[in-house]
Amino acid sequence: MTYRVKLPVFEGPLDLLLFLIKQNHIDITNLPVAEIVEQYLEYLGLMQILDLDIAGDFLVMAATLLQIKSRMLLPPDETPPEEEEPDPRAELVRKLLEYQQFKAAADRLQDLERQRLAVFTRVPPEGQRLEAEVVEEPFFEASLFDLLTALSKVLQKVPKEIFHEIVKDEFTVEQKTASLRERLAQTAQMTFSQLFESAKNKLEVITIFLALLELIRQRFVVARQGEVFGDILVLRADQLQPAPVGEGSAS
Amino acid sequence: MTEVEAKAVIEAALLAADKPLTLENLQAAVEEYPTAQVAALVAQLQSDCVAQGRGVRVVEVAGGYQLVTDPAWADRLSRIYRKTRAARLSRPALETLAIMAYRQPITRAEIEEIRGVNIDGVIQSLLERSLIQIVGRKEGVGRPLLYGTTPMFLERFGLKSLEGLPSLSELPAPETAPAQETTTQESVPVAQPEVTSTAD
Repeated sequence: MTYRVKLPVFEGPLDLLLFLIKQNHIDITNLPVAEIVEQYLEYLGLMQILDLDIAGDFLVMAATLLQIKSRMLLPPDETPPEEEEPDPRAELVRKLLEYQQFKAAADRLQDLERQRLAVFTRVPPEGQRLEAEVVEEPFFEASLFDLLTALSKVLQKVPKEIFHEIVKDEFTVEQKTASLRERLAQTAQMTFSQLFESAKNKLEVITIFLALLELIRQRFVVARQGEVFGDILVLRADQLQPAPVGEGSAS
Repeated sequence: MTEVEAKAVIEAALLAADKPLTLENLQAAVEEYPTAQVAALVAQLQSDCVAQGRGVRVVEVAGGYQLVTDPAWADRLSRIYRKTRAARLSRPALETLAIMAYRQPITRAEIEEIRGVNIDGVIQSLLERSLIQIVGRKEGVGRPLLYGTTPMFLERFGLKSLEGLPSLSELPAPETAPAQETTTQESVPVAQPEVTSTAD
């Protein structure tokens, strides 16, 4: 049975590259393409394993990176070049810098939005409701890339399968979803790695991960992160409900 | 009409308004007073609100004036009113708006080129929320639609005008300077980011 997960994420290849650059504290202008392309492909592989919808853009970028890498491996031309050979990375670097600048602009807009949200107007704009009317929607705070990064760490810890064992029970996402629900009904919150403690092999880890994505999609749980690249916490969504109004003096 | 009365009329008009009122709007209600004087009265009203410790503030936004609550009481008010999730824009939406705000008028393909992803859905939802609008067609192959931001965009982010956006070069930029001259964009050469909250 095939199982497809669709997540409402729009992040594209440039976003992934910037994410890797930030994670590795790399200087964009002197992009170590060989290093980056390896990590980029690793993520792509993970996304493929999970059967996430990989847009063609991701593959085009992979091809571009590989082409740049191979051009940089070529020995410099013996014959004196007619004109100065442009750095094969130049175009990509320019795009990354440009995109990064607009990401900063988007951050700024987000700040302005936050400040503006601190005022209330007489005609409520979209998204301003009487407390009693609010039905809180859980949301997806840790990005897909954060979840994938966490997953790759868990996968590294999976014991190598040394024994040839005939494993009878296949793992299904339905099963894992049900058992995650059960566990979270008891504890309300867990760290990402706790989810996988009992997993015995890669297949089980991946099944649990898919179950987690499914629960996020069903809005049963929310994945949160205290800081960038920090530990991911999985919480039951109903735990986020604020205490009802009128419960004595709050705060 | 005395100045005190005119000021009261302005205050009342702002209270009754469902969107920011321009000086011209306000002037229509207090016709004996020229626009310049209306502006002065609004300024007085603004400082009165602060000086008298009132719960409301008059802010300049999207080319007009609006009566809003003092941000200092955000926590208190949120016990009655909540800003739901719909109040916040998603990351793709913010990035698309940012590009559009600086480069407008701009086509969808041009934005996609910068973000490296398809933005059909984002454009659609921004149009539905009236944060952007179609402003024309670009000459050339296919005559693609050109998009720009709306006054609603300014209002949402508390901006007086597009000039209130920080220039791109002022933003906490990439840690390293671009290797070569980035030729294309002239960044909007404007003054400080102007946030219109009048608190303090």
